[in-house]
Amino acid sequence: MTAVISFLEQLGGRATGAIHRLGFASRFLLLTLRSSGMCFRRFSLVVREIYFAGVLSLIIILVSGLFVGMVLGLQGYDTLVRYGSSSALGVLVALSLVRELGPVVAGLLFASRAGSAITAEIGLMKATEQLAAMEMMAVDPIARVIAPRFWAGVISMPLLAAMFSAMGIFGGYLVGVRLIGVDEGSFWSQMQAAVDFHEDILNGVIKSVVFGVAVTWIAVFEGYDAPPTAEGVSGATTRTVVTSSLTILALDFMLTTFMFRGA
Amino acid sequence: METPGGDRLVEYKPRAFCRCHSVPTKPATDNLVEVDSVNFAYDSRQILKGVNLAIRRGQVVAIMGLSGCGKTTLLRLIGGALRPTQGEVRVGGKSVAKLNHDELFALRRKMGMLFQFGALFTDMSCYDNVAFQMREHTDLPEELIDDLVLMKLQAVGLRGAHRLMPSELSGGMARRVALARTAALDPMLIMYDEPFAGLDPVSMGVIGQLIRRLNDSLGATSIIVTHDVAEALQLVDYVYFMSDGVIITQGTPDELRVSDKPFVHQFVHGEMDGPMPFHYPAEDYARDLYSSEA
Amino acid sequence: MMKRKALDLWVGVFVAIGLGALLFLALKVGNLATFSAAETYLVKANFDNIGGLKKRAPVKSAGVVVGRVEDIVFDTENYEATVAFSIEKRYEFPKDTSAKILTAGLLGEQYIGLAAGGDTAKLKDGDKLKITQSAVVLENLISQFMFNKAAEGNKDTK
Repeated sequence: MTAVISFLEQLGGRATGAIHRLGFASRFLLLTLRSSGMCFRRFSLVVREIYFAGVLSLIIILVSGLFVGMVLGLQGYDTLVRYGSSSALGVLVALSLVRELGPVVAGLLFASRAGSAITAEIGLMKATEQLAAMEMMAVDPIARVIAPRFWAGVISMPLLAAMFSAMGIFGGYLVGVRLIGVDEGSFWSQMQAAVDFHEDILNGVIKSVVFGVAVTWIAVFEGYDAPPTAEGVSGATTRTVVTSSLTILALDFMLTTFMFRGA
Repeated sequence: METPGGDRLVEYKPRAFCRCHSVPTKPATDNLVEVDSVNFAYDSRQILKGVNLAIRRGQVVAIMGLSGCGKTTLLRLIGGALRPTQGEVRVGGKSVAKLNHDELFALRRKMGMLFQFGALFTDMSCYDNVAFQMREHTDLPEELIDDLVLMKLQAVGLRGAHRLMPSELSGGMARRVALARTAALDPMLIMYDEPFAGLDPVSMGVIGQLIRRLNDSLGATSIIVTHDVAEALQLVDYVYFMSDGVIITQGTPDELRVSDKPFVHQFVHGEMDGPMPFHYPAEDYARDLYSSEA
Repeated sequence: MMKRKALDLWVGVFVAIGLGALLFLALKVGNLATFSAAETYLVKANFDNIGGLKKRAPVKSAGVVVGRVEDIVFDTENYEATVAFSIEKRYEFPKDTSAKILTAGLLGEQYIGLAAGGDTAKLKDGDKLKITQSAVVLENLISQFMFNKAAEGNKDTK
């Protein structure tokens, strides 16, 4: 009996702890947003972080996009040709990428590459007392260290998602038209007819912005909240990747039901 | 002998920096820092229990004790990073906890803190580290900052290393660059958190001498938190000895060396056994040996 | 600090490629290019059943897209669906044009097909089409087919 009680106590403790953390994280986000005015006046800081978060993720995003698009092309053709609709390959590839795979997969890759790097960097700065030193030098570490990284992530995500989708479509084109021999004209024309700017592309961009906010917020918070030890930082880095990935998938589901209801 | 303070022949006017070094107005009290019956608890754990101390201007003061006795917490309270649960901490006559955000930041610009192991910003070079405060808090042109940075680094003997990144420095070198960074805006109160930790004897001696030189040339006040007895007693003017959240003794280094208080004696002379026991609490030895370990 | 110029360059390239990718998606992949800012006039038509017709569905005549469905509302007066759609100003239709709801392909999306009549007077903004044909509802078709089959069967046995 006591074992059950203590188990329930533990569960309750964890739940309240999680809610505590969420509250702290939300306050942290608010602080970050409030300090953002100052960080935009020193835009060079944001530019620097865009380099580390965005530019250095470029290779993995472009290569992954290409491969995903090529696989879509192969598998899509295999399925469509059974119904004699192989000319709709362009539609399949484009819609899958622009609506879902672009924002989601780019988001997951971004979380694991850039998100973990941000968490590790901030965690390490906290562990080596660099953030405390900055505070003692009367420089707000949130405005100088956290906010630029946050905005860099939010700006980079939609761009990376768009690049992922574009590379994917190119990959689908390479496989479908060049390799397999689907008609080039119908590949592009059916795609253009089926992909709507407002419904599909804009919604995809909105998704990637939302994912960018979520991933970067989690990355920045986990780094700031990490225990100042080696295990603490590594645990925080792992948590960033896991939490970001789950959040992206959950948000994707919610956004998709909003956006593509009954389409 | 080139010192950081001696180079103030340059007419620079940093923003929001008082001219307290040029024309000293008579301060109300001779104490720069006053800690008045301060209690501090963290998560129901009482760390400081009624601490009283006063640090006069121009002094180099050591706060010594074991790890966990509350020394670093005391520094944080003086710097305004923490608020006392009871009592008051006053710097320059003003209660630190009552300052608003802008006033606190203005105060911090006149303080310098050297963190344990340096806490240099790892993503910028030594040069940029020292220039950091000048760039953030003053409107000085880059050429002037360039001269100032090199002068500060020269004073700690590392002008030639200004292009290096912190990861390329040895422990002692990193500590010295951090010292130059701490002194960048000629602070009036400098705090050191374990400045001798983990250094070889030569570096220890160098840091000790630099601390004294810096303090005297700037006319500043220094607080050193350490448990390095030999270096500290050689260097400072006055010592506060803490244990378990209270100050158990205070005095000049000579007074402390001959103190007959048991804990102080054990600490100063590095004795193996005394008020701080050698043995971790355990059962009776004989019983432990003869009982069967099930 | 020394590497500032290289950094700025790379970030600029990154942002440029990103915006380029967005532009590519918008123009080459989506239908933004065909999204004309052309002027349109609004016309209404009533249908018994709109089937699966949705807003922004195309309005075609002779297979060419001439407009878009703007709004679909239920008319409580005569219990029909009122569809409002816009036609590009450069395409003029006579007043007795008929509108049918057709399906693209066998199971594709539905659109409005306009067949021009012979009237000399042209449709204006706000006009209502008189002749309409509703969408084909699969269930009605099946029940009709089964009814015909049953009727045939009766005739044979007579």
